[in-house]
Amino acid sequence: MNTSYSWIKAYVPDLDCTYQEYSDRMTLSGTKVEEFRPLDKNLEKIVVGEILKIDRHPDADKLVVCQVNIGDETTQIVTGAPNVREGQKVPVVLAGGKVAGGHDGGPLPEDGVEIKAGKLRGVESNGMMCSIEELGSSREFYPDAPEGGIYILPPDSVPGSDALQILGLRDAVYEYEITSNRVDCYSVLGIAREAAATFKLPFKAPSCEVKENKDLHTKDLISVEIKDPDLCSQFCARVCTDVKIGPSPEWMQRRLASVGIRPINNLVDITNYVMAEYGQPMHAYDLDDIAGRRIVVKRASDGEKFVTLDGQERELDHDVLTICDGEKAVGIAGIMGGENSMITENVKTVLFEAATFNGTNVRKSSRRIGLRTDASSIFEKGLEPHNAIDAINRACELMNELSCGTPAEGMVRAGDDLPERKELTFKPEKYNSLLGTDVSEEEMLDIFKRLEIGFDEKDRTLKIPYFRQDLLRDADIAEEVARFYGYDRIPVTLPSSSATMGGLNRDMRIRNAAASSAEHFGFSQAYCYSFESPKIFDMLRLPEDAPERKAIRISNPLGEDFSIMRTVPLGGMLTSLASNYNHRNKDVRLYELGNVYIAKELPLTELPDERMTFTAGFYGKGDFFTLKGLAETVFKNAGLRDRRTYKASSDRPYLHPGRQAEIFYGDELLGYLGEVHPITAENFGIGGRAYVLVIDMPALVSHSSEDIRYGGFARFPAVTRDISMLVPLNVTAGELESLFLQRGGKILESVTLFDVYQGEQVKDGYKSMAYSLVFRSREKTLSDDDVNAVMKKYLNGLERMGIELRS
Amino acid sequence: MTGNLEQIIRDAQKAVKEAATNEDIEKLRVKYSGKKGEITALLKGLKDLPPEERPRAGEAINKARTQIETAIAQAQAGIREKTMELRLASETLDVTLPAEEVPQGHTHPNTIALEELERIFIGMGYEVVEGPEVEKDYYNFEALNIPDGHPAKDEQDTFYINGDILLRTQTSSAQVHEMEKGRLPIRMISPGRVFRSDAVDATHSPSFHQVEGLVIDKGITFADLKGTLEVMARELFGEETKVRFRPHHFPFTEPSAEVDVSCFKCGGKGCSFCKGEGWIEILGCGMVHPHVFEMNGIDPDEYTGFAFGVGLERIALLKYGIDDMRLMYDNDIRFLDQF
Repeated sequence: MNTSYSWIKAYVPDLDCTYQEYSDRMTLSGTKVEEFRPLDKNLEKIVVGEILKIDRHPDADKLVVCQVNIGDETTQIVTGAPNVREGQKVPVVLAGGKVAGGHDGGPLPEDGVEIKAGKLRGVESNGMMCSIEELGSSREFYPDAPEGGIYILPPDSVPGSDALQILGLRDAVYEYEITSNRVDCYSVLGIAREAAATFKLPFKAPSCEVKENKDLHTKDLISVEIKDPDLCSQFCARVCTDVKIGPSPEWMQRRLASVGIRPINNLVDITNYVMAEYGQPMHAYDLDDIAGRRIVVKRASDGEKFVTLDGQERELDHDVLTICDGEKAVGIAGIMGGENSMITENVKTVLFEAATFNGTNVRKSSRRIGLRTDASSIFEKGLEPHNAIDAINRACELMNELSCGTPAEGMVRAGDDLPERKELTFKPEKYNSLLGTDVSEEEMLDIFKRLEIGFDEKDRTLKIPYFRQDLLRDADIAEEVARFYGYDRIPVTLPSSSATMGGLNRDMRIRNAAASSAEHFGFSQAYCYSFESPKIFDMLRLPEDAPERKAIRISNPLGEDFSIMRTVPLGGMLTSLASNYNHRNKDVRLYELGNVYIAKELPLTELPDERMTFTAGFYGKGDFFTLKGLAETVFKNAGLRDRRTYKASSDRPYLHPGRQAEIFYGDELLGYLGEVHPITAENFGIGGRAYVLVIDMPALVSHSSEDIRYGGFARFPAVTRDISMLVPLNVTAGELESLFLQRGGKILESVTLFDVYQGEQVKDGYKSMAYSLVFRSREKTLSDDDVNAVMKKYLNGLERMGIELRS
Repeated sequence: MTGNLEQIIRDAQKAVKEAATNEDIEKLRVKYSGKKGEITALLKGLKDLPPEERPRAGEAINKARTQIETAIAQAQAGIREKTMELRLASETLDVTLPAEEVPQGHTHPNTIALEELERIFIGMGYEVVEGPEVEKDYYNFEALNIPDGHPAKDEQDTFYINGDILLRTQTSSAQVHEMEKGRLPIRMISPGRVFRSDAVDATHSPSFHQVEGLVIDKGITFADLKGTLEVMARELFGEETKVRFRPHHFPFTEPSAEVDVSCFKCGGKGCSFCKGEGWIEILGCGMVHPHVFEMNGIDPDEYTGFAFGVGLERIALLKYGIDDMRLMYDNDIRFLDQF
């Protein structure tokens, strides 16, 4: 929403502050100014000049030499403009002044263009006559400006006076952010009301008094019927006869231009002006085009074709509301009129429409048809019915004022009864207790008065003006008090009530433990998207029937690449690694904590299982066991007390079949790790080996423990036995360790692999492995016999596995 | 005998002075006080003296022994000191050689900003809770006073899974879950991921993060909201930070406000960073709307509360001077390494 400062001042005549002050105070009372632009920016020393005499330039055919009266004196200016004549008044920038841009109308330079005195082909020139482009505007908004020539001011302009004032450029244009609850502020009047309340100044609305032709009754000229009252609560019609089309007056053109509306002709300009002023879109029909002189408001039929004002054929459906005459549709309600009833220069009698349509329906229709207009975007917000009546009367008042038509007597109105003014009980204590303030009753009532909220002293009720649809309950009134009392004057306190225990929950604490473990291993934190492309599944080499492919689809995604909710966390991780690889970053280690989304069934009927997942991945320095080390650290820091088992697997097609493992805690799967399958790595564009670790956080958290207990020092000495073996290649370290643990009983304290070797000096089919076994009892000093007994059990077991001791 | 003894002492002291190593000293010790040493021999010879001479001679020999042993001990200490000096001198390091590098991972700037917020609010007794990212329409809109057809529902370009299930557009949905639990008072923050169908560019991302705050109790006021957020702003952006509350509108709060902080680059004078305004918008907030209370079974005449929502990326971008939102999701190690 835009307004100019001067247009606001038209309703708040006593407004007198700097542009900046207006911006600041409006923003702090709730009408946020996004930005403002003074129209006289970079326009300096520009006055009215009267061209007294024009001579040919002695040395240039295309230049003329003008003697210009600039008030106190006459000065000489050379120009190449073709349209200057003696006796004209023109804007003149004097030497030492500034204009906003060049005559070509290109982008305006930030600091404007300085004008200096000088010689043009040897003839002295002390300034420049200005085109509208040089003044920073365009012919679009000043239709009376000539093309490629000097702007000609009205004949009554006084030489030497401020030309910018005459051009309406002593003004600033404000752009506001209007919140969705303040439908009334999508209008100049609405903002002016706020300005009056903000600056504590009187507010003067237009009178909307119409001088009517008492002999001609609107009800005899038109009838209105609403067939679908759910979509149209009110339709007002007025008729003006003896219409004379022509340009609208300058003041109206200037105001429209200042808010970015192009002036066209008096009739179109009046409807546009009223829309800006009241925030009520209007429509004008040529009454002679309205068959049967009747208006019927009804739903279109499915598949109905209609050609709108812009010449486009549109296909309508049953949920689109149309305005029809006795025979045919003449407009799409609230969106755009039809080509078939377009106003032409030859119009004699005009029919004005101001209606109240269902905002939601207008929004939905405009989306379906694919046509969003200024009118539809206002109707969408849901307008108050009184506004339409004021607006249509205002349009007729302007017809009077511009002498371009004569309103017939009365208005034809169809629709619901107008809503009553809402009433709310005045509760000053409640407002104060919500705000934490001590605003006096008197000050509150003063604020209400400025906001046109009435007060009945007898029953202490507030009467809400009809245009304030947003004031429904005490909290809304409290906000009005706060806004005009000043948010900055509200005290600053801290909640003093009940003490509460703050903190993170266990899920978050375990997540933090995992994150800091990863960071200790040199892994940096990544953030990946929750949605991705279904192509990821192919890149991960998942078969067609893989459960991972049962992903939730977004019905309106940004594109196929963001269309499904991820079920595996690897897409984001491998994409990120690949992007690093492409940037030639070395030895990249990343981890992520994010959800995967597992649907219980598809299509979705209940919310999916969102599983927080820890994912680590890297390429460069390190191998499988780097991630196994990280996994173990995460588990230890999460407080898993028992041993995790790593089972070799080859089930995951995105991992190397001989280098992947599932991690179990007892019977429960905690996650998996492995080297990325070379083809998958290639699919993502990672050269060389990459490794990933995935941990299901809910599973981890369910086994985690935050209990810490000191166990004391061991009081008795340990006995260490090293054991060196020839082990068949198919026997894994995990199997050996299980044997040691199972047969070691209570006295086995630790098992450490300290050497594994395969190659020369070891016979084919075997590897050499050496463990250091530490035994200790909590009750006594172990004897050789105690340890030998365990060692004997080990040897029996090892022998059965085909393992030989090395001497 | 006495003359002999004095000669022995003189010889010993001279020899000790000349000794350069521990081995030399050890040899001297053996020579004089060893089992077959000279002093030991003299002591053994005492028994051959007449009994009346023995005490005097004994005393003299012991005195000589002490003198020699003291000389030896001093020499030993001197040698140890010299050896230590030599060792230390030979061990001088070039302390300007590079430090040992321990690979260190880095926390994402979003997380750092979140941890800051968590620290601030946990300190004020706030519990941190989380809600689902795939959410029912009811929690994201309806229960927050945004019924079907409400313009705010269209303003937030929502990703839908189907008519009833969507990707949450705001962490405010967590407010509803918290109120539903029926435990009062409430003091919580709820961080999390939210989604809006904005195409990726330097300032937009279809997925980003918010931190919602909610306090409900008897007697909570707008002044409390102001105080709380001023604490937050000062903790986040520095003690000098000024805070400005501007009236605004959100369907689920009334009164509502947007909060600006004084530009921390220029201190509020206006610079290119704050586009000349001196203020930077950081969040939206307000008093919980009475209708939201009613929808969630809380009596608005008994309880009041405030809520606020902060964009985490916005804080991180501002605080760490990051100029492009896309960096936050590219996971380029050259970016992450700087945090």
